[in-house]
Amino acid sequence: MAEAHPVGFQWVMEAKKRGATVIHVDPRFTRTSAVADDYVPLRVGSDIAFLGGVINYILQNELDFREYVVAYTNAATIVSEDFQDTEDLGGLFSGYDEETGAYTPVSWQYQGHEEHPPSRGEGHIQRDTAAGLQQEVHGPPVPAGKNRDETLQHPRCVYQILKRHYARYTPEVVEQVCGVSQKQFQRVCDAWTTNSGRDRTTALVYSVGWTQHSVGVQYIRSGAIIQLLLGNMGRPGGGIMALRGHASIQGSTDIPTLFNLLPGYLPMPHHKQHETFEKWVDAIRHPTQKGFWNNARTYAVSLLKAYFGEFATEENDWGYNYLPRLTGDHGTYRQVLDMIDGKIKGYFLLGQNPAVGSAHGRAQRLGMANLEWLVVRDLYMIESATFWKDSPEIETGEIVTEECATEVFFMPAASHVEKEGTFTQTQRMLQWREKALDPPGDCRSELWFFYHLGRLVRERIATSTLERDRGMRNIAWSYPTSGPHNDPDASAVLKEINGYDIATSRPLSSYTELKDDGSTSCGCWIYSGVYADGVNQAARRKPGSEQSWVAPEWGWAWPANRRILYNRASADPQGVPWSEKKAYVWWDAEKGEWTGHDNPDFEKTKPPSFRPEEGAVGVAGLRGDDAFIMQGDGKGWLYAPAGLIDGPLPTHYEPAESPLRNPLYAQQANPTRKVYDRPDNQLNPAPPEAHSQVFPYVFTTSRLTEHHTAGGMSRQLAYLSELQPAMFVEVSPALAEERGLRHMGWAHVITGRAAVEARVLVTARLRPLRIDGRTIHQIWLPYHWGGSGLVTGDSANDLFGITLDPNVLIQESKVGTCDIRPGRRPTGPALLDYIADYLRRAGLDASHYAPLETPGAGE
Amino acid sequence: MGVRTWIEGWPVYRQLTGTDPLGRGHAARSARTDALTPRTQEADSVARSVCPYCAVGCGQRVFVKDGEVIQIEGDPDSPISRGRLCPKGSASKSLVTSDRRIRTVLYRRPYATDWEELDLDRAMEMIADRVVKAREETWEDKDEDGRPLNRTLGISSLGGATLDNEENYLIKKLFTALGAIQIENQARI
Repeated sequence: MAEAHPVGFQWVMEAKKRGATVIHVDPRFTRTSAVADDYVPLRVGSDIAFLGGVINYILQNELDFREYVVAYTNAATIVSEDFQDTEDLGGLFSGYDEETGAYTPVSWQYQGHEEHPPSRGEGHIQRDTAAGLQQEVHGPPVPAGKNRDETLQHPRCVYQILKRHYARYTPEVVEQVCGVSQKQFQRVCDAWTTNSGRDRTTALVYSVGWTQHSVGVQYIRSGAIIQLLLGNMGRPGGGIMALRGHASIQGSTDIPTLFNLLPGYLPMPHHKQHETFEKWVDAIRHPTQKGFWNNARTYAVSLLKAYFGEFATEENDWGYNYLPRLTGDHGTYRQVLDMIDGKIKGYFLLGQNPAVGSAHGRAQRLGMANLEWLVVRDLYMIESATFWKDSPEIETGEIVTEECATEVFFMPAASHVEKEGTFTQTQRMLQWREKALDPPGDCRSELWFFYHLGRLVRERIATSTLERDRGMRNIAWSYPTSGPHNDPDASAVLKEINGYDIATSRPLSSYTELKDDGSTSCGCWIYSGVYADGVNQAARRKPGSEQSWVAPEWGWAWPANRRILYNRASADPQGVPWSEKKAYVWWDAEKGEWTGHDNPDFEKTKPPSFRPEEGAVGVAGLRGDDAFIMQGDGKGWLYAPAGLIDGPLPTHYEPAESPLRNPLYAQQANPTRKVYDRPDNQLNPAPPEAHSQVFPYVFTTSRLTEHHTAGGMSRQLAYLSELQPAMFVEVSPALAEERGLRHMGWAHVITGRAAVEARVLVTARLRPLRIDGRTIHQIWLPYHWGGSGLVTGDSANDLFGITLDPNVLIQESKVGTCDIRPGRRPTGPALLDYIADYLRRAGLDASHYAPLETPGAGE
Repeated sequence: MGVRTWIEGWPVYRQLTGTDPLGRGHAARSARTDALTPRTQEADSVARSVCPYCAVGCGQRVFVKDGEVIQIEGDPDSPISRGRLCPKGSASKSLVTSDRRIRTVLYRRPYATDWEELDLDRAMEMIADRVVKAREETWEDKDEDGRPLNRTLGISSLGGATLDNEENYLIKKLFTALGAIQIENQARI
């Protein structure tokens, strides 16, 4: 955090000054480790074993915050008797289908709900459409649970299932799998548990490298289980903070440019599952579930009104049939492979540099070299715009400039100060940026580019009578423009996102005002309220020093300007703060309403004692102590009966590439991971397959303070280039000795995809770990370099192949296996021969792929 | 000038007799120091902005004079950042003003060995033509069972996560109406 989010880290230091214990768990010693009370190095890819160990410690010693756990989590809920755990099946859960490599999760359901399997259909379809991502703001559709044992003794209640599942994650196993000493592990457990409870809370902070694993979602789930067991969710100083790495990456999922989502986490329609509008809406809201997601119809109709205006009517299902349909996986990696195969004609890159920033850079560049046209919009000349003349594949002869047909448009972009608009930062807070000046020359904003592109395309089909052009002809596309370049008005777009009453044009104050009769329009329901009262709430700038510590009048956080989600849980079931010290929101019995330092995440006048009538659903079905108001049963999920592709409980699997056999289960790696078995995407062998010793070391990547992602915004700047002038690789003194690497000399790292050269930094920041009786060396590289800019170097992401997390289709690019050798890598065609030799020695011929299920699993 | 003023104008005297024995504060001030003002004071306008790098969301103040950005500083009012910026945020003035920044449209023809310049309006027309053509050539009306597909798989997009919400909104809206579904973002990566 001190490295990649240094200004946010000031608050960790403030907490430390006030007595907080700071623990840093990371494979590499960083600027964060330097100021932490305890630094815990662990093996890359072993996080679930580590966190599972903490869960086991909590459960074995009954250190959970019992009153919180019983009231607010699904610990008491009883699970189907058909459920079988990984303990019973060698690392698989019940319901695994070898053919599709995915689960049918019927047996994972709560008892009595087995007849209500998740309505989004089969596991492999959910995987291909990254359905897990749709649950960012709401639980998947499950009916409200009733079968509970609040003594937590029933053998099939979630609490007992959890206890059995993690029983083997002992301190000895943590040491064996993660390389963390039992003594150090004990210190972490002690600190975490003693600093949680009524009077104290512990915050868990992760950087989104955690998502870049084939079990990435389950990493975060492991953290969530601990934070729920210890009563740290929905409370001040608690929670789980994702340190996102880009200015508006949160906004980019809320109002997505993602293939499987529409604004506000509504799913893009699937051709089979969502053939009609009614099927689509019912798949989003389970008709019998509790909570706010039950109102999905109002969100959906209002979005279609925002998209198609007067052409969205009840008679045409609000224009639902204008929407295109998914048939499977259309994610960025699928696209790149389709580019290689010549299936895609044109590609837009919008401030994105996949030639350096995405996994398997060679595949990215070969894909772009096989397009008809490419539009690159950026501030600087980036590697993804120049692959046709100076990419590594030019050197190897795989791309020949004079034979490369791709037409490339470089469209210079406006910078953040040359346009107005909102970023959503990592705490869901929208901050409006004022425009300082007009962009120079031909530089234009994305808003300008896409507004005018839409206008030009509409001109071209204005008189078309074709059915396929109806959606585009009927799109609501009139935005006021102004200035010398006819810039569209960003605040008009933000007003459309906020939503308004169609008859009166009155801006809506909240998503609770949305209607399903076509009388409201709203571009993103969770952002409704950002323009409440006709005021741009995201532009509020009341100084932090002039308001409360929650600072609610700086910017605007979705939903409803709430700064802590699920904050009902900061009070006990009766609505009283768990302790004076940790008071946040509470029930004011006198006034009959919820109040506090933040906007309560609960219906304002629903008393804690409220009990719904039998059979009540939706918001009306929430009890006065159902703190997790977006979940189908109102509870925080220790166990996820639906919504995850790879299992209801996090389970330690080895990374797809690992030098080790899984010490815990016969099942080696995530059996549901998304793979692309193609000769151009070879993965290094892992046990039980032979030849893993050809790539004996583990490597990982991360950021430097002085550079940013693929370097497009940092390697072009003189100050930053001077501060970090060269690509390098960090190795421990022991590994340097083993491989003959010299400090400041050259070395190159080799995988089945690439060889990448770098200067060697021999440092104690990395240390070999003793794992399962073996010494495991770990190598670290920054991933910022490429061939363009003031400082250039090889790209670390070229080393990775493509394997994805099954829930969200994010690539495993934080762990792989490799070899490292002294000296520079071969150049030209000799480089290809060099890698081919490694592939041959590793037994990776064109037809060999690692099996998803490994021997002994499922038995 | 009185003797007292003359003596006190001597830095060594102030250093020896005052509270600044190391001469790193007021003892070292001169008339020239007193006449200096920060260039931010001379700005014609100040825009309140947000750092474009990571997602902490540090407040920035952007100072403009004569149509040029002359300084970008941390915004002390921000309850997130309290005026601080990291090395990247502190370098963001050069992100905006660097002469390495590309300010004109560039075009590479198929098989060409170098860039050429292209008029912006012309480029927009050419891109619109290509979108319409790619869509036409790859359009899918229905699946094999007659269910609607209503889409093209001939167009892809990958957006950075420094796009504004308003921009992402228009991008998704436009591509969805065009039937282009292969729209992705750094958020997937």
